[in-house]
Amino acid sequence: MITYFGLGALVISFLVSLYGIGASFYGLRMKRAEWVESARRAMLLTFPLITVVSLVLVYLLVTGHYELSFVYSVTNDSMPLYLRVTALWGGQAGSLLFWSWLLAAFTSAVTLRKWDRDREFLPWVVIVSLVTLAFFLSLVLFFENPFNRFWATTTGEMEALFRPAGAVPIFPSNGQGLSPLLRHPGMIIHPPMLYLGFVSFVIPFAFAIAALVTGRTDDRWIRLTRRWTLVAWLFLSLGLVLGARWAYDVLGWGGYWGWDPVEIAAFMPWLSGTAFLHSVMIQEKKGLFKRWNMILIILTYSLVIFGTFLTRSGVLSSVHAFAQSAIGPLFLAFIGVTFVIALGLLLWRWNDLRGEGQMHSLLSRESLFLFNNLLFMGILAVCFWGVIFPLISELLTGQKVTVGPPFYERATGPQFAALLFLMGIAPLSAWGHSTFKTLGRALWKPAIVSVVVLAVVLALGVRSIPALVGFWLVAFTSAITLYEYGRAVWARARATGEGLLKAFWRLPGRNRRRYGGYVIHVGVVLMALGVIGIELFQTETQGTIKPGESLSLSGYTVTYVKLDEFDVEDGRNVARAIVNVERNGKQIGQLFPRRDYYYTERQQMTIPGVRSTMEDDLYVLLVDWQPISNQSATFKVYHNPLVNWLWLGALVFILGTFMAAWPDQDPEPARARAKSNRATAEQIT
Amino acid sequence: MDTADHAALEVEKPSRAPLAGRWKFILGGVLIAAAVVYLIVTSATANAQYFMTVDELVADTGSLAGRQLRVSGAVIGDSIQYDAQNISLVFTVAHIPGDNDEIEAQGGLANVLHLAVSDPTRNTITVHYEGVMPDLLRNEAQAIMTGKLGEDGVFYAEELLLKCPTKYEEAVPEQVQGSN
Repeated sequence: MITYFGLGALVISFLVSLYGIGASFYGLRMKRAEWVESARRAMLLTFPLITVVSLVLVYLLVTGHYELSFVYSVTNDSMPLYLRVTALWGGQAGSLLFWSWLLAAFTSAVTLRKWDRDREFLPWVVIVSLVTLAFFLSLVLFFENPFNRFWATTTGEMEALFRPAGAVPIFPSNGQGLSPLLRHPGMIIHPPMLYLGFVSFVIPFAFAIAALVTGRTDDRWIRLTRRWTLVAWLFLSLGLVLGARWAYDVLGWGGYWGWDPVEIAAFMPWLSGTAFLHSVMIQEKKGLFKRWNMILIILTYSLVIFGTFLTRSGVLSSVHAFAQSAIGPLFLAFIGVTFVIALGLLLWRWNDLRGEGQMHSLLSRESLFLFNNLLFMGILAVCFWGVIFPLISELLTGQKVTVGPPFYERATGPQFAALLFLMGIAPLSAWGHSTFKTLGRALWKPAIVSVVVLAVVLALGVRSIPALVGFWLVAFTSAITLYEYGRAVWARARATGEGLLKAFWRLPGRNRRRYGGYVIHVGVVLMALGVIGIELFQTETQGTIKPGESLSLSGYTVTYVKLDEFDVEDGRNVARAIVNVERNGKQIGQLFPRRDYYYTERQQMTIPGVRSTMEDDLYVLLVDWQPISNQSATFKVYHNPLVNWLWLGALVFILGTFMAAWPDQDPEPARARAKSNRATAEQIT
Repeated sequence: MDTADHAALEVEKPSRAPLAGRWKFILGGVLIAAAVVYLIVTSATANAQYFMTVDELVADTGSLAGRQLRVSGAVIGDSIQYDAQNISLVFTVAHIPGDNDEIEAQGGLANVLHLAVSDPTRNTITVHYEGVMPDLLRNEAQAIMTGKLGEDGVFYAEELLLKCPTKYEEAVPEQVQGSN
């Protein structure tokens, strides 16, 4: 029956990936291209195979085959269809399979590109990709198999793939289902985005290894994977932002990032990935940082697997807890082995990775990018230390010591601020020789604007040093970025005779990576604005009030109107309060904070009523109420200034990434191009 | 722009720069590294939370007073008292082992939590928490609390985390039918 069909496809996928690895090695050894080609086809084949496995599992989830322990644990009858499908990544076994499926999708896409110019890379890319895939498939097949079933034996109950002797299958009538906290649109999109981000970083890594092995240590491998890296980075960033948004919507503490070990686990590859994304530009343009780039991509790959390990093995206590399992040590072993091999390859080719030039000036663009790398590594070191600290302290002192959010905030705050500053001045810097004077000349106009903004902020009464520094940096970096874009638009308009508006629109077409980058930076700056608002200026209040009474916070008045309690068909009881919201005396609307209670799971969930504007969020939680008399209710209210700039900034960020990834326009006719080139060249130096 | 740069570079590969030219970069790098180490060390020592078990708290004779502690325990459902008017919470947690290996040896986290709550001889400690009662707080949940141990032997939690309930995958459901 269908379960065994899925299992069979899983076994075949695993064998095919092993074959692909073997065929690649054999083809390399024997110098027989047809074996390498066969390996390439094997890699291509893994995708439809694993798709079959996944579809089978999804079918079993949707039709409620609770005799499978995985289906039993993540679904039940009261869950709507879309949640039953997304339950695929609601538990360990399905998650690992989903990871494998995504990896197979990407590696297959890679096989489909034209390999003519880079034939020597192909076998190594196949090997690295399939080794990773085979590892994950082996975890699914041998340790966390979603096709395990329940059996009743004479001695008790157990789980197994095939019927043990003398055992009888068990067919539960209903499953356990996912925790209600996971029944949110965030569940549909956050894990897939994060996994997509993780998985797609395997491709640049595979090419990097190929480059090391074949000795092609020029920037060919970087140019080939340029878009992959951008796409991987986009997904990872999206995944992180969506997680933050989900937490903000659902967890009811008015926050979006808790420095939880699992959050950090996903954040670390983003840090090294972002450094990598920037650093490769220097290798492309100047032939420098070759060793840095290798280190960064190796780190990113290891951190991706490490991140998957941290969330899966139960090694750390975290609110994102998953069942402890034997796969922890396997993950560690895999990371250890791959890291050591990659490092060995790097050291072998160390001398070939010498830079093609020198850095002379501390303020040159190359140098600023070096500081960029160092800062990202610094933040990474802080995160890594915070995560490792409990394990190390226990090993060394016998006493387990952990660090919480204050550690991370204090240790990374200054570094993030420095990065914001760098983000501002780096686009203005020149290649090669640069001094304070040349940089200053480019800087002074936007710098004045930023000081004006700072004065305004001071005049508004802000006194906290971190806030002042933060606002100044936001103003500084956005002023420079907009100024740069404006200058380039003006230069283009002058050179081509286009109107300003047309020049504004067409400017990015010639160099989407640069201007997309500017847009991304603007997005980051907006996000920083949101972070400053909510971190430094959040206020809260709470109280128990009768209908007609109110709570006040930061100019807002929240008045309790009434509360209704009713049952909903998907198995929950809803207690919904209605509150009126006024601001400075004016009525601005109503909010509906509520408390859901899921009968089967005996689990309650608090869902805030939120009023959002660009200026702030008013976030109201129904904390408690008197069921019988409906006399009074307890509310908690948060005021989160500027928080929506965080989400808007993320949107701008995403758009910028699309822009940067889009292929550049075809070059214009020679004369017009030469003219605009000269004009922009004058601007840059 | 890209190709022009590249063409210019491929003409020559300069030999390694004299140390004099590179010193400022090395110095810059070292300074940044030192700053990062400083930030890590000072932030860690200022914000370290000692991971303790309930047994250790109960046995303490005062040495832990004033220190930031992190405790993990099994919530005893009957003891949960929530004063919604003042948004303050009191409950009792029972001792569970701090070591993951011990937890595994005793049959997994779900089992450990269940044993802790049903064992009347287990050490327990009362927890006071000022704040909204978390949705996940219930009998046999694992509570991870950060705070200080009061002189009265009560744990004053400043932060209360409940572990997102894993679906206890060892639990096997009741049998319904036996057929293929």
